[in-house]
Amino acid sequence: MGPGTFSSAGVGEFRTPDRDVAKKAERINEMKLIMAVIKPFKLEEVREALTPLGVEGMTVSEVKGFGRQKGQAEIYRGAEYMVNFLPKVKLEIAVKDDLVASIVETIQKTAQTGKIGDGKVFVYSLEQAVRIRTGEAGADAL
Amino acid sequence: MTIENLKHMFSKSAARMAGVMGAAVLLLAMSGSAHAEVPGESQFVFNTFSFLVHGFLVMWMAAGFAMLEAGLVRTKNTAMQCLKNVTLFSIASIMYYLIGYNLMYDGVDGGFMGSISLWGQDDSAAAAGKFVGDDAVGYSAASDFFFQLVFVATAASIVSGTVAERVKLWAFLIFTVVLTGIIYPIQGSWQWGGGWLAELGFADFAGSTLVHSTGGWAALTGAIIIGARTGKYSADGTVRPMPGANLPLATLGTFILWLGWFGFNGGSQLAMGSAADAIAISNIYINTNIAAAGGVVATVILTQLIYKKVDLTMALNGALAGLVSITAGPDTPSLGMAMIIGAIGGVIVVVFVPLLDKLKIDDVVGAIPVHLVAGIWGTMAVPLTNSDATFYAQAVGVVSIGAFVIVTSAVIWFVLKMVMGVRVTPEEEESGLDQTECGLEAYPEFRGSQTI
Repeated sequence: MGPGTFSSAGVGEFRTPDRDVAKKAERINEMKLIMAVIKPFKLEEVREALTPLGVEGMTVSEVKGFGRQKGQAEIYRGAEYMVNFLPKVKLEIAVKDDLVASIVETIQKTAQTGKIGDGKVFVYSLEQAVRIRTGEAGADAL
Repeated sequence: MTIENLKHMFSKSAARMAGVMGAAVLLLAMSGSAHAEVPGESQFVFNTFSFLVHGFLVMWMAAGFAMLEAGLVRTKNTAMQCLKNVTLFSIASIMYYLIGYNLMYDGVDGGFMGSISLWGQDDSAAAAGKFVGDDAVGYSAASDFFFQLVFVATAASIVSGTVAERVKLWAFLIFTVVLTGIIYPIQGSWQWGGGWLAELGFADFAGSTLVHSTGGWAALTGAIIIGARTGKYSADGTVRPMPGANLPLATLGTFILWLGWFGFNGGSQLAMGSAADAIAISNIYINTNIAAAGGVVATVILTQLIYKKVDLTMALNGALAGLVSITAGPDTPSLGMAMIIGAIGGVIVVVFVPLLDKLKIDDVVGAIPVHLVAGIWGTMAVPLTNSDATFYAQAVGVVSIGAFVIVTSAVIWFVLKMVMGVRVTPEEEESGLDQTECGLEAYPEFRGSQTI
């Protein structure tokens, strides 16, 4: 089994004392998952700004939630009501460590309107990634 | 061919017979007192044509109501609302044949109701070529029957929107049977059947009171007896809005109703066999149109001023309120006056929609302000432009028909409540009537609009 491939032992593999596997675990830990919640109309702009940085893929979902903006008041036939969860777009991008700083900065700058409700960026450490088509694992799979 | 063309033809032949040629003489012949009468059979054809085509337009208002209501309810009740609309139109069609027409028109003679019998067709005079004289009828019997029947369906549609999202299907359908078969025809006989209100001098050209207020009173009674949708009003009196699912559909429904209203009011001229009728119908069309326009503009301006936002659903109600307002007398006002009458209908919407909420009367689509209140306003406005009408007779008409419809509707709703129940359980209401009463969904592939 060569480096960068994935065995049926799964993520448990790099917990073994084997040296090769320990090396692989180091490489795996070089990945981060960036999760950003932004205003929906900023999505295209953010995507366009991120692709030149070397972002090879992202997952996008329509979500609802609240932050400091809370909800917004709407009015229907003369009666006001609160919409407590506002629609946002959630991005998830898995990248190598060296790209994280520039991506976070780009998202922050591009998705910003300066008004309340612009959203947030979160960075998680990412333990494993596997490309389903080839079985490649770790950073090679990104 | 229009009446105008017809008149040209007759003028021409008259001129030829006199041996005089030339356009000047033709014009003289047209404007002179010696203008040729349209032959009886032509009048018969044009009157029948008017009843049928205007009747088709009014029939199409059923589509307008269905779309308006489907758009203003939540997705979980959409299929139910469509089902009620197609079924109520069908019930009205059948009930009006079985009992309604003759109860409204046969042998009323200044009284309080007609006869209880099936509608029967009698075209014998026309079939025998008799178009003038006492026995002659100026239109085919079936065209008249059809034109009157589509008005009944309109009254029933009004109820359906108000009591939406919580009424039991079968309770509603049974109410519709009684409304279209008995309640509507009896009060209709008082005026259009030549009953006591007609003799009193009451004026209701196309039915602000007879059709719209009647539907509105039945809807109001139903809304009170059935009660508001669960959760609509909290104990402290605050309103929890339940926004309609599809405002484009509600807008399309409103435009369909607006178009159909040309049939409703224009056809109520009841004849198109002379230039005078053609002129009257044309005036009715433009008055009808500008009343709707006045209603919309009034609601758009008022909602902007009051709420700092323009409410589309109230603008749509404004169009309909303008139309209902002009319906009692679309023939007599000037264009400017028709616009004002319609605009006041729009004001009524903006005032009465929140007022009903304050009273905790849950009217899902705004049918009570639009059809009942604007209907009363339109009826009372007739004497402003029609010297044949009096405020006294108008008030007697509004009050007597109102009292009759409230009492009869309340009896029916209460009996239904005791016998079978008039509303679904809170659990069924929560799941939506599409699922619990129809067993299907209107939008199975959409995620609900109010999810999360």
